[in-house]
Amino acid sequence: MNNEKNKILKEKIIEKIIFIFSMFSIFSLFLIIMILFRESLPSIKEIGLIEMIKGREWYPTDLENPSFGFFPLIYSSIYITILSLIFSIPLGLSLAIYISEIASEKIKSILKIIVELISMIPSVVFGFVGVSILVPFIQKTFNLPLGYCVLTASIVLALMATPIIATLCEDFLRMVPLNLREASTALGANKYQTITKIILPAASSGLFTAMILGAGRIIGETMVVLMLSGGSAMIPENVFDPARPITSAIASEMGEAVKGSIHYSALFAMGMILFIISIATSIIAEFLSKRYSLKLGKGR
Amino acid sequence: MIKEKIFLFFIKSIVLIITIIIFGIFGYLFYNGIKVINLDFIFSMPRNFMKEGGIFPALIGTFLLIILSITVSLPFGIATAVYISEYKPKGFLSDIIKISIKTLSSVPSVVFGLFGYGIFVNAFGFGVSLISGALTLSILSLPIIISSTLESLGMVPQSYREASMALGATKWETIYKVVIPAASPSILTAIILSIARVAGETAPILFTACVFYQEKLPFSLFSPVMALPYHIYALISEGTDPQIHIPMAYGTSVVLLMLVIFLSSYAMVYREKRRKYDKIRY
Amino acid sequence: MQWYIEKKGENMIRLDTNKIVDGNEKNTPNTKIEVENLNFYYGEKQVLKNINLKIFEKKVTAIIGPSGCGKSTFIRLLNRMDEFVSDARFDGKIIIDGINILDENIDKVSLRRKVGMVFQKPNPFPKSIKENVAYGLKINNWKDKFKIEARVIDSLKKSALWEEVKFRLNDNALNLSGGQQQRLCIARCIAVEPEIILFDEPCASLDPISTAKIEELIVNLKKEYTIIIVTHNMQQALRVADYTAFFLMGEMVEFGPTKNLFESPVDKRTEDYITGKFG
Repeated sequence: MNNEKNKILKEKIIEKIIFIFSMFSIFSLFLIIMILFRESLPSIKEIGLIEMIKGREWYPTDLENPSFGFFPLIYSSIYITILSLIFSIPLGLSLAIYISEIASEKIKSILKIIVELISMIPSVVFGFVGVSILVPFIQKTFNLPLGYCVLTASIVLALMATPIIATLCEDFLRMVPLNLREASTALGANKYQTITKIILPAASSGLFTAMILGAGRIIGETMVVLMLSGGSAMIPENVFDPARPITSAIASEMGEAVKGSIHYSALFAMGMILFIISIATSIIAEFLSKRYSLKLGKGR
Repeated sequence: MIKEKIFLFFIKSIVLIITIIIFGIFGYLFYNGIKVINLDFIFSMPRNFMKEGGIFPALIGTFLLIILSITVSLPFGIATAVYISEYKPKGFLSDIIKISIKTLSSVPSVVFGLFGYGIFVNAFGFGVSLISGALTLSILSLPIIISSTLESLGMVPQSYREASMALGATKWETIYKVVIPAASPSILTAIILSIARVAGETAPILFTACVFYQEKLPFSLFSPVMALPYHIYALISEGTDPQIHIPMAYGTSVVLLMLVIFLSSYAMVYREKRRKYDKIRY
Repeated sequence: MQWYIEKKGENMIRLDTNKIVDGNEKNTPNTKIEVENLNFYYGEKQVLKNINLKIFEKKVTAIIGPSGCGKSTFIRLLNRMDEFVSDARFDGKIIIDGINILDENIDKVSLRRKVGMVFQKPNPFPKSIKENVAYGLKINNWKDKFKIEARVIDSLKKSALWEEVKFRLNDNALNLSGGQQQRLCIARCIAVEPEIILFDEPCASLDPISTAKIEELIVNLKKEYTIIIVTHNMQQALRVADYTAFFLMGEMVEFGPTKNLFESPVDKRTEDYITGKFG
């Protein structure tokens, strides 16, 4: 009988331990938010959040008159993200369409492995390849003083983002019900017509979601832009200008910023803004994705 | 008819171009990297301020970072997944945990670096060290471990749990003796894949753990480390002598790539093998 | 022949007390399980209505009825597997050996060691044959390797599986055929020596030959265990069961010795079901 009681006690203790361990993830998130907020507070108090976002000059290390305007950083991030989306969406979508609708089983599995292979390459290796091959190439081709610019970073970022977009699009394409395809084919449509007239429109909101998610990931990418977009924090006027996106600024300046200084705090504020942008894209994508599955469900 | 041909041609050429580029990149890296790699490169310490010697401490550093971060994230991750999947699938707290995990997984890696810098390096006072980097990486990998373990547990057929309970096993006994063993090949695969990812992460360890040059191996949790991905970056950005440092970067890239590819393919092959043996759908 | 008719609540229970049972002259068999005024609800829906029933010791009792009549729900209450269902409520009593198992303080874990279950679809664990059968023993803290092995062999023999697996005890149980897997599940169940075994449509996914083997097994098992079997196959009830209960739409309509229920049913609904007027 004692054995029984011991067992019940043991069960209860184990359940409690598991519960406590599970709270760790909530706790970590809370900690992250708290630290970001706490460390950015000094600069927000001193300069003001709106002022910082509007500020057009980012010269944090200027001894006499340091300025902490985020605008060039935010602008660069968005500029580079949009440009690399323009490159990676056709790449990723074509890959997804090919894998999902056209390829034979054998080729499908090979391609899936290739896509996974690309996604496994660490970002720093992409950056390195960009530095050794693409930078000199762009420099020579377009006759620039230096090959580090928005264009270079966007091209390599696009390559890096292609598997992410391809996988997401493929998932959403697969969600289009089989009977739509069958109906179209049975009416005598060829592959091109079925894909462009039936499947893509049906999947359109899903594909849009994939792009939002892709954008969210690209804007958060650090190493590639750090190594390829150039160092100056000016507002890029065209694709050949260097730029300093948010992630690049944080990564390169964090080591130098004196702990407790306004620069330090401003970087944290920058990080907080990036955090909010990423979460916002994630929430929007989630919401859109739910609407998409509902729409498909009803469509049956 | 013509439209179809053009369309298919367009798509196929894009796929082909991508494939060629990727193989080109791999080939280019391997071609240049193999030249540099030899036993000395891999196993010896750097000398003369990175002008000679090898990358052994970077290998060790990466290895240590991975082991430590997994040691922290694994128990918390699996416990969380077990809690959600087996104890309270419908609870309010489980929903909050799920939201937290989703949020954590969309946080960019550099923000994790900021977090690690603020908390571990500064607030806790660990300084730029192995432990700061490892803890930062463990929080980064937590969401992946939780979601893949959740998925694996979900694939275990409900009938196993029923059979075990019907024999008079308690809930924990069922989890520990039936559910987790049945899900373990899938969980193991996920762990290996997450290790492969963490091995290549640079931003989180950039200013929490790494230094460019170490003559001795890290001797405690609180000493800074070298790491493979950081080494590549540092060679490019801080390397003073491109003639020597660029080839080293190739070599390091190849070593890192091989590590990542080896781990991932091992995971995938293992999963296929177990799937055939256990006859369970993974 | 004398019929003793008991009227409990609104159900008619026919018990034959002076009849020759199983070829031997016996008195009324002992009651192992007594169900009193049982009601069961899923949310708003009432699935079991005022069930009153007696299950006799070391006999096979079959529960028949069309799909959705509540027989699976009923049998799952007998080992309190209702916890797998959310939104469930019930009232009434199920008394086994003097204890009401529907009481909220009941220890379900020890109940299930006394009342075992074999499921509709065979569900061996993805472990070896030996480990499957030994599982119940291990969770009961059996440590002696030899004792475990002896019990495993004994259980496999009792479930008529031993001859087929004796040379491959370490093989993965999922490699066995459907019929063998089900017999393995039976071996696993009897290894912990329950007193009552619940069979929930055990042959539903099996071929006729495996079905015959398991039916033969059940008839043998009743020497040691009280058996309740849910089946949608009336011929099966006729073949294996001593007593049969007919459920319809959550009510227990009629209960009695199998032969009598089928040859001269009292209730018209029973007669209609048996003659195939509805299924």
